[in-house]
Amino acid sequence: MRTLIFRAIAPYLTALMLLFSIFVTLRGHNEPGGGFIGGLLAASAFALYGIAFGVPEARRAMWFHPISVAGTGLLLSAISGLPSFFRGTPYLTGIWTTAPVFHFDVATIILFDLGVYLVVAGAFASIALALEDNGER
Amino acid sequence: MAGPIDITGAMITTPTPAGDWLAVVPVALPIITGAALLMLRKRLHWQAPIAVATLAVVFLATLALLVRVWTFGTVVMTMGRWLPPFGISFTVDLLGALFACTASLVALVCSVAAVQSVARPARRYGYFPFLLLTAVGVNGAFLTGDIFNLYVWFEVFLISSFGLLVVGSTRAQLDGTLKYGVLNLIGTTLFLIATGYLYGIFGTLNMADVIRKVPAVEGAPLMTLATLYLAAFSMKAAAFPVQAWLPASYHTPNVVTSAFFGGVLTKIGVYALLRVLVLLFPLQLAGLSGVIGWVAAATMVLGALGALAQSDIRRMVGFLVISGVGVMLAGLAVGTGPALAGGIFYAMHSMIALTALYLLAGLVAERAGSSSLHVVAGLSSAPVLIIAAFILMLSIAGLPPGSGLWPKIMVVQAALEAQHGWLTAAVLLSSLLTVITLGRFFLFVFWRPPVADGLGERPKRLMSPGPMLALTFLAVVMGLYPEPFVRAASHAADGLLQPDAYVRAVFGEQG
Repeated sequence: MRTLIFRAIAPYLTALMLLFSIFVTLRGHNEPGGGFIGGLLAASAFALYGIAFGVPEARRAMWFHPISVAGTGLLLSAISGLPSFFRGTPYLTGIWTTAPVFHFDVATIILFDLGVYLVVAGAFASIALALEDNGER
Repeated sequence: MAGPIDITGAMITTPTPAGDWLAVVPVALPIITGAALLMLRKRLHWQAPIAVATLAVVFLATLALLVRVWTFGTVVMTMGRWLPPFGISFTVDLLGALFACTASLVALVCSVAAVQSVARPARRYGYFPFLLLTAVGVNGAFLTGDIFNLYVWFEVFLISSFGLLVVGSTRAQLDGTLKYGVLNLIGTTLFLIATGYLYGIFGTLNMADVIRKVPAVEGAPLMTLATLYLAAFSMKAAAFPVQAWLPASYHTPNVVTSAFFGGVLTKIGVYALLRVLVLLFPLQLAGLSGVIGWVAAATMVLGALGALAQSDIRRMVGFLVISGVGVMLAGLAVGTGPALAGGIFYAMHSMIALTALYLLAGLVAERAGSSSLHVVAGLSSAPVLIIAAFILMLSIAGLPPGSGLWPKIMVVQAALEAQHGWLTAAVLLSSLLTVITLGRFFLFVFWRPPVADGLGERPKRLMSPGPMLALTFLAVVMGLYPEPFVRAASHAADGLLQPDAYVRAVFGEQG
């Protein structure tokens, strides 16, 4: 798969897919999209990069170990339910507040969505890279 | 979203008491620390302390939850503030709280035992995160009040348990994990199919809502549905004739993993049977009770016979787990209050006593350098193990002063009152076979003079018997002072047979 054309275009394609995955995730708040599908897109972006430049290069590009990414996501999602304790509402209730200086609305829901995004991206990137490296590290 | 919008039609407006958060802690806390441990994979010395501390807090939370349910009745928390049945409700009645508390205790003890017995490579590959996430799935299954959510927790503990089974990657483990995985996935697929069917019939997945709608549904194939659930959960519970995955896999991994699985995982199947058949489909359960009775009798007797035929200690314990599931199913087959209470109490006893027996098998195998009954002999120099083994033998066979005596008496008495003579005979026969099995184990391991050259190398650092002794002590306490356990199990059974309180807890007075 290491043709010149593919290798030349893969970085741009990966960057575009990652950008699009974030767009899809944020769009999922009120329209079709969301963390799961966004995470799949991000994972396939890294899988593509791994096919073009080899798995070690893809792992370097990811910077963090994919499993750590998934762990971060799980942590974020689970924690996003906790602030509702202080409002006297059940676990995972969406809490909205306005940021003090910049005056835009922030919510725990986006934290949950980003958590799902990271879980799916990390887990699927981990599986894809493991399948691609043929047992060699 | 604050302001003029009226949310009373969609959301819960009454404030949630802080105490209700106890229903979420046993699930949310291990997810958080499990995820943190995944990120801290390289810090091997942090793994065990964080896992043990988490499970200790989880146990205390389930204990507090049990007290809260006992004093104030069923605890309900509907996620995301949406009104049930649209939000997913965690509905903790006494049955769920009892099972969650016992399972959390077993998980805590197993994590303490794992500190010593799990090797470095297994820790590096995430033994403790897997253990925590298995605990998440187990607790979630016991606490949830939504049947699809129950399926999700089944998947959570199943996937994590694959990880625990395979970590170490020996040939035998891969073989065992494959069988475990395939057969259990068939079971969960059946569960999923049945749940889709249930949603098609009732249009709801909230169990309290299903209870409300069962009388109103005309001509729906509820018997088919109940039978599907029976098949799916019997597979989980390792009931005859779908028990083959258990003895094929439970002797392969680290002994602490076997102990945790043998103690807890099959009981989730039993719990789900109680929850779905007794609570949702009592009429269909009455129709199925003959089948369940035969399954129970076969599971009990064949499990005990299988145990008698084994020469590997851990395989023997695996068959004893199956035999015990038969007793719980006997309680379900009889279906009266005392019988169900006996089954519930037996499940609690079985979680504790069989985990202890697995840990004991691990200690014996470690000291003798083998787990084959042909080889292990003459361990007379370990008086603590001998005493513990004797007590556990009495417990599991159902003899005083062990914890198995009272639940077996309850089941037998209820079966006699309900004119199930042959079921009673099966319980007693399986108890006799269990005595013979464990007596044979006891004689071979402790009384037989050492075989000349059979013993392998003794490791330098032996596992501490502490965790096993703690559970054995608890088994004795349950045997000598059974009143609180009997009372709790009876109340839990009453809660299943009279679901009004369960429904009211979720839907308020108008339900």
